[in-house]
Amino acid sequence: MSEQAVAAPSAALRVERWSPVSAVFTALLVAAMALLAFAPMLFGQGMLDNLIQLYFLVILAIMWNALAGYGGLVSVGQQAFIGIGAYAVVFLSVEHSLNPYLAMLLATLIGGGIAIPLAAIVLWLRGGAFAIGMWVVAEVFALLVSLDAALGGGTGTSAVLAFNLRYTPEQRLRNTYWFALAAAALLLAILFALLRGRLGVSLQAIRDNEDAAASLGVHVLLGKGVLFVLAGAGCTAAGAVILAWQLSILPLGPDSIFGVNWTAKMIFMVLVGGLGTFEGPIIGAVVLYLLETYTSTRLGVWYLVLLGGIAIGVALFMPRGIWGSLQERFNVRLLPVGYRLRGAGGGR
Amino acid sequence: MSRTLLSVERIDARHGLLQAVREVSLTVVEGETLALVGANGAGKTTLLRTIAGAHRPAGGRIVFDGEDVTHVPAHRRVRIGIALVPEGRKLFPELTVEENLRVAAAAGRPGCWTVDAVLEAFPLLQPLRRKRAASLSGGEQQATAIGRALMTNPRLLLLDEVSLGLAPVAVEGVYRSLATLVETGTTIVLVEQDLGRALGVASRVVCMLEGRLVLEGRAGELSREQVTEAYFGLEAGAR
Amino acid sequence: MSWVNAVIHGILLGGFYALLATGLSLMFGVMRIINLAHGSLALVGAYMTFLVVEHVHVSTYLGLLPVLAGALVVGYLLQRTMLERSLRAGELVPLLTTFGLLIAIANLLQYFFSPDVRGLSAGGIGTANWRVSGSLTIPWFDVLVLGIAIVVLGGLQLLLRYTQLGRELRATAADPDTVELLGVNARAVYGRAAAIAVATAALAGVFYAMRSNFDPSTGPTQLIYAFEAVVIGGIGSLWGTLVGGIVLGVAQTVGARIDVQYFALAGHLVFLAVLTFRAIRQSVGLRVLRRVEA
Repeated sequence: MSEQAVAAPSAALRVERWSPVSAVFTALLVAAMALLAFAPMLFGQGMLDNLIQLYFLVILAIMWNALAGYGGLVSVGQQAFIGIGAYAVVFLSVEHSLNPYLAMLLATLIGGGIAIPLAAIVLWLRGGAFAIGMWVVAEVFALLVSLDAALGGGTGTSAVLAFNLRYTPEQRLRNTYWFALAAAALLLAILFALLRGRLGVSLQAIRDNEDAAASLGVHVLLGKGVLFVLAGAGCTAAGAVILAWQLSILPLGPDSIFGVNWTAKMIFMVLVGGLGTFEGPIIGAVVLYLLETYTSTRLGVWYLVLLGGIAIGVALFMPRGIWGSLQERFNVRLLPVGYRLRGAGGGR
Repeated sequence: MSRTLLSVERIDARHGLLQAVREVSLTVVEGETLALVGANGAGKTTLLRTIAGAHRPAGGRIVFDGEDVTHVPAHRRVRIGIALVPEGRKLFPELTVEENLRVAAAAGRPGCWTVDAVLEAFPLLQPLRRKRAASLSGGEQQATAIGRALMTNPRLLLLDEVSLGLAPVAVEGVYRSLATLVETGTTIVLVEQDLGRALGVASRVVCMLEGRLVLEGRAGELSREQVTEAYFGLEAGAR
Repeated sequence: MSWVNAVIHGILLGGFYALLATGLSLMFGVMRIINLAHGSLALVGAYMTFLVVEHVHVSTYLGLLPVLAGALVVGYLLQRTMLERSLRAGELVPLLTTFGLLIAIANLLQYFFSPDVRGLSAGGIGTANWRVSGSLTIPWFDVLVLGIAIVVLGGLQLLLRYTQLGRELRATAADPDTVELLGVNARAVYGRAAAIAVATAALAGVFYAMRSNFDPSTGPTQLIYAFEAVVIGGIGSLWGTLVGGIVLGVAQTVGARIDVQYFALAGHLVFLAVLTFRAIRQSVGLRVLRRVEA
């Protein structure tokens, strides 16, 4: 392999961060988000209820993907933060009579705050040890909550009073809708900015080879820590939204607010949409939302069997998911978080 | 003694986009010792690993003892008599010398090579039998690696850079045992950087350059200059 | 229950956790796979034994035998199909697929066996106690489980050290590419490791079902306990697993001595404390290293 052979084509290559397509799409997406803010004036309550569900699923999916797809951290315990979010809102708004939406905002910060010391412990674990370690963390929080009689103990609790004291059901739905939309938009924007910045580059290096990255001076733990804290805060926000959406929660069991079924849903969304792609998890969230809305009651326990089965199938036979496969075929990137080499003739 | 044991037919091998071996054809006759020489990156190791089944070829055919083995997995090739001593020795560090040898019993090929026979052929291993492989010196590790390959009772032994990284004394020891092997009639293909050593032990020499075979001849009939030229790709040596 | 009683019961419980964790440890040691479905497979073993006992009317101990044989086959096939493919797809993929399996198994069991709580009879030994003194009684069944754990761990140790399969397992764990050059079919060796792991899981599952009630959601909890035992004892060490199991068991029974509700929590907290201690040691170690380099 001569040096010329390497050098020659590079003259015809250029590094591309935005393409016309992605610029137009990103602008459209921002515009669409802004338009969605007016949905409460246009749609009925049922539609708003559905959209809230879609938004928190999107949050959960992009946060889990941030961890696994960009940080290489497979967590089966992110439900810890979902539960923390829901219970922090109950604690602040029911026990301390705070405005529930202010409580939701504070809860998100609390979740991010808890994630910081936690990161210092669990990020030393690698691979599967991190995965189950996080599950233990979720179990610990669930048990602690269930031991607290003021939070309803093992039988769960409700935030109906806190919301109903201040808002009519219509107002609650509308406010919750805006909170969920704002949280989803903000988290997407933060992740987008992070991945396009220095962190994106160092994460790419860590993903390629963790040890080599470390020896080049990339601060591996810091890069993962930033993602972990962001994902912690994001999942907490989703948990707060889930509380405001379903109002009553349980602490224990696979289907509860601290339940492992949330992880099943997150893994499903991210794998189906495309692990490690920015756009994929959003698609995965839409797919799960459609499944949940139109089939889950009919399928019963088979619904989760189906989620697990599809996750296995996609992981083995379509590892890039829906979006990754499309991207590979058409070489498009709508929300550009990486760098791309383009030849003079276009395409790879 | 001129039956063809191995024939490599127009083998192509790649590492990703890099083509390491280009349309190489060669035959090895039963009982001979063939030295494969060439500069770093000439494709010798890849060719050897392709013959052993550790690397999947991109094209071509490998026939061993009349049987097409191109798509036979590595562990099955060992069972029909092809053994490779890989570059870097690749011992199992936590296993003892004896355990390293005994792993090769998996090949299930009965023959004259047993643990005792190997220890007899490599006397330096005798006192190290129960030592962990990780605690051995380079030469001791190399002897274990060769012994381990012999435990499969191979008909064709492929040796990759057996003297690399060894002290001169250890190299001497390794080559003395090779000479014994040659006398017992084992068919050997060996990759060696040291031209003098290669020409000394081999009956035939082939030289690779940038993935191609560029020179082939009997060890006695080739001059050192001819090989050197082919080795570095000077015009006189190119075919 | 006195404190001494709590500790002794904890040690015996640790035997059970070690038994449960053996397969998890073996699979991690050989294939570097953490099988998140391990607890669920243990539970499947319990349900299958339940079926055999119901239909053939034999004791649990006899009913266990065909289930163990089946578990060997299931383990081998699981490795050769799903896990082998997962391993090729990347180091994180086995986590995703075994998690999918965990979710699928839990819900399939719920469909076929209903969410009802069930139990398996342990025979006469299930209720026999050894009254050491007025305040100290030791259930014979727990002693039996600890004994079986020691036999299984010891047997596995002997297998690894003195048999051809054991050498092949250890060599393949170290370098799956090189064993191929010695005539070892690395994939088949992985399959055998998974077969042993799933069989020990099924064994542990049946003993779990004999000591307490079980339902389809039991699997994940048992996975967590087994994993805690493995990590506390040091990943990849078989006897360490026994020590880890005992530490976990004692933490739980002593926690439960304070308040029954603290049983699981105390175990988790000890596990997290061990992790925190190791994290601090590691980060201190790193800082010392940096200072030396600077």
